[in-house]
Amino acid sequence: MGSAHSMPEEIQELADKTGFTLEQIEHLHRRFKQISGDQRTIRKESFDRIPDLEFNPIRSKIVRAFFDKRNLRQASDGLAEEINFEDFLTIMSYFRPMEMNMDEEQLDHFRKEKLKFLFHMYDSDNDGKITLQEYRKVVEELLSRNPHLEKESARSIADGAMMEAASICVGQMEPDQVYEGITFEDFLKMWQGIDIDTKMHVRFLNMEPIAHCH
Amino acid sequence: MSLEMRQVPLAEGLLVLPAARAQEKSSGDHTAGSGPYVFQIVSFKWDHVQEPYIIALWILVASLAKIVFHLSHKVTRVVPESALLIVLGLFLGGIVWAADHIASFTLTPNVFFFYLLPPIVLDAGYFMPNKLFFGNLGTILLYAVIGTVWNAATTGMSLYGVYLSGIMGQLDIGLLDFLLFGSLIAAVDPVAVLAVFEEVHVNEVLFIIVFGESLLNDAVTVVLYNVFDSFVAMGADNVTGVDCVKGIVSFFVVSLGGTFVGIVFAFLLSLVTRFTKHVRIIEPGFVFVISYLSYLTAEMLSLSAILAITFCGVCCQKYVKANICDQSSTTVRYTMKMLASGSETIIFMFLGISAVNPDIWTWNTAFILLTLVFISVYRVIGVVIQTWVLNHYRVVQLEIIDQVVMSYGGLRGAVAFALVALLDEKKVKEKNLFVSTTIIVVFFTVIFQGLTIKPLVQWLKVKKSEHREPKLNEKLHGRAFDHILSAVEDISGQIGHNYLRDKWSNFDRKILSKVLMRRSAQKSRDQILNIFHELNLKDAISYVAEGERRGSLAFIRSSSTDNMVNVDFSTPRPSTVEASVSCLLREKASSVCLDMQALEQRRKSIRDTEDTVTHHTLQQYLYKPRQEHIHLYSRHEIIQNEDEKQDKEIFHRTMRKRLESFKSTKLGINQPKKLNKSHKRDRGQKRRNSNAIPNGKIPSENPVPDFTLKEKGIDNPAFSADDDQSIYMKFPPWLTDEDSVVPSQRARVQLPYSPNNFRRLTPFRLSNKSVDSFLLADGPEERPRAFLPETTHM
Repeated sequence: MGSAHSMPEEIQELADKTGFTLEQIEHLHRRFKQISGDQRTIRKESFDRIPDLEFNPIRSKIVRAFFDKRNLRQASDGLAEEINFEDFLTIMSYFRPMEMNMDEEQLDHFRKEKLKFLFHMYDSDNDGKITLQEYRKVVEELLSRNPHLEKESARSIADGAMMEAASICVGQMEPDQVYEGITFEDFLKMWQGIDIDTKMHVRFLNMEPIAHCH
Repeated sequence: MSLEMRQVPLAEGLLVLPAARAQEKSSGDHTAGSGPYVFQIVSFKWDHVQEPYIIALWILVASLAKIVFHLSHKVTRVVPESALLIVLGLFLGGIVWAADHIASFTLTPNVFFFYLLPPIVLDAGYFMPNKLFFGNLGTILLYAVIGTVWNAATTGMSLYGVYLSGIMGQLDIGLLDFLLFGSLIAAVDPVAVLAVFEEVHVNEVLFIIVFGESLLNDAVTVVLYNVFDSFVAMGADNVTGVDCVKGIVSFFVVSLGGTFVGIVFAFLLSLVTRFTKHVRIIEPGFVFVISYLSYLTAEMLSLSAILAITFCGVCCQKYVKANICDQSSTTVRYTMKMLASGSETIIFMFLGISAVNPDIWTWNTAFILLTLVFISVYRVIGVVIQTWVLNHYRVVQLEIIDQVVMSYGGLRGAVAFALVALLDEKKVKEKNLFVSTTIIVVFFTVIFQGLTIKPLVQWLKVKKSEHREPKLNEKLHGRAFDHILSAVEDISGQIGHNYLRDKWSNFDRKILSKVLMRRSAQKSRDQILNIFHELNLKDAISYVAEGERRGSLAFIRSSSTDNMVNVDFSTPRPSTVEASVSCLLREKASSVCLDMQALEQRRKSIRDTEDTVTHHTLQQYLYKPRQEHIHLYSRHEIIQNEDEKQDKEIFHRTMRKRLESFKSTKLGINQPKKLNKSHKRDRGQKRRNSNAIPNGKIPSENPVPDFTLKEKGIDNPAFSADDDQSIYMKFPPWLTDEDSVVPSQRARVQLPYSPNNFRRLTPFRLSNKSVDSFLLADGPEERPRAFLPETTHM
């Protein structure tokens, strides 16, 4: 963001919208500038500047998730070309820890948001369900870092997982029924009762940037 | 006197017998010695075997006691075993004392520290859930270090304060003595915590915090104890500021040094096990010997021995488990558990016995009572304050209930007793008072708190540990989460937990594993793969089991499954777990109404069966998920053992037969709806690598012949024979219905393109790279059928 946006009201507005504190926003703003090279927006290529991201097997999906319009809470589908700071914060806000002072409904909503983020990552074609092919791709990428694991094994694992999902979501299927894919409701069902508090948040505490983007 | 001895029950009598016998023998010798030596055909050489005999007898008594306790389920549910053992010890001690008026057996510190404690701690370290442990390491360290220091200081000082007020009467004690006492009574004891928490089953985070604290506070205890011990020896007047500083420095040296020693030995151990391929039979020995050496080395260097052996276990587990063969792994596991359990039993029993020693008993009501009060109160205060601080930094907050359990679970045990027994009477004049108090405290915490913690936990509705099946999805998504979080941390530019973990796993993968793990193990050490493997295993077992039961696998085709579509897959699992699969089946035989339902139930209960059992059952049927086998023909690598080759052969043959049968029936085409069978068939196939039995089909596009190949083969002759008959394989509807559905992979595979393929599939001798060739052979032939719809996601 340019200097025009560093006014307190703007920041306060952002804080209200995304739930971050003012300091966190400042830190993230600094980081944003680093990534974007002092531009107002970042593109996909900007993420190449982060060296450690290279080793992440599902890097492409994560980067993509930043530009996914569904995550940016925009009405449309597809990918945005570039995102500004507010969008950046929006995505980051998915990873905020659940706060103690949230009530049941808020917690539930928050949890759903996080799961929705994950769901969007898997569902690359935006059709509202994760099909086997998409699932396979994800699993392959996930396990791609292990050089000893073959693609076929990864595929079988994906198939197995899909069937497990089918059994959880639609335990009993009519003979003619076909399991199209995991819808968001099914996805929620899978995660029912499993605690994702620890799994889906980042502590925005130590805000010292670890490395400069090259 | 010897006559009286014989009236005492034999077991206990034997213990005092030595004294009597020794006298007899000596008198016998005299009579024999006075005349010519007579050749004795049989002689009673008690002295010769006395020591090992007595030791063995005690171990036997302890183990027998365990059996006796567990005969009464009602009792063991309420009373923790440790409490029972202490009471037994008291009883035995009483008998020994009554018989002989001497306290012949006590828990000597040497025996305790050298022989009884290491197995327990090693067991704890080796089976420590690392991820959980390191995830909560900050919390654990805080409690272990600050908490213990706080406990020691406050208890010591309060007792001193009370002493000054005169309630305790006249004692030959100074401030330093009190502090010394405080330091040894303050530490939470790992043995006691394990013994009690094992039966309580609180959730894992809570357990790991309390247990981790009990392990890691050893460094603090050792330092404090040594510091105050030497201060007491030096005399209160000679203690200077320098000594205090030295004390603080020694804390760091002791703890970090102990950890370092442990890590070094872990490294050694992992390295050694890498090369033990040809000496498999003594592999378990290495684990124990090297770990024990780490303990002794740390002890020798006056570092924290518990920390050393803990970290040795913690660090080596991954590599050792990867390197040693399955049987050795099982041996290690069972031996460790046996030694640990045995030690624990003996410790508690001896705690009881040692208490029956009138020489040491010094009663000082105020002292004892106040000690109890102080340690409880200060523990609660300490926990509350620390938790309040920690909750600012923790992800998962520790609530009041957790804090209650943590305070209440701070049990003192044998370590405190051993430490107090080590005190030098000449330096610490009131040693007996300390010993008596320690005994009372230990008894109180173990018996009273142990008894009441279970109802307390239930009353407070503490979150219990969940023993859930690790679902494949969970594991996968869990891994996805990990990567996402690392990425977000990278992007937001922070060094966070995930970043560190990621860095460590990179380092581990690139360097450590290459050095410490066998090449063959490196390939197979993926968590998700293991789960996959497990699931396949269990699915396969169900087939064998069912086949076993029925004598053949004809059940798959049985017609009573018209109701199959109504099978409810959410039936709760039966809670009983039968070790033997066939036993299980026999038991269920009469209750079968719907075959598939029963099978499902059986499957589910089989899934609860222990891994080892499943392993044994299916060892010969297993086919591990395929990984690179390029190294098979390398000179440097060891040839795969014959079993594995054979497995593959079996697998291939079975697979081929199955494919044959499918192809033959496919030629038949559309048969309507006795879809049950096709479903069952599908299930049979699909279940190979899944947990579920969906009645539907999973859409897929690519021909994935390897899909079935990756599954476990079951060379059940009955099964194979059935194949040929088979299956009214109605064509699954997906094939008939052109536009809506996508064929399942299996359907794709089975499609008999032409009789030629058929022939190609008849068993031929495949090389060990056969899977490749099989794939290749099938590959080019696979072409999407014209009438089969493709998904758009190609």
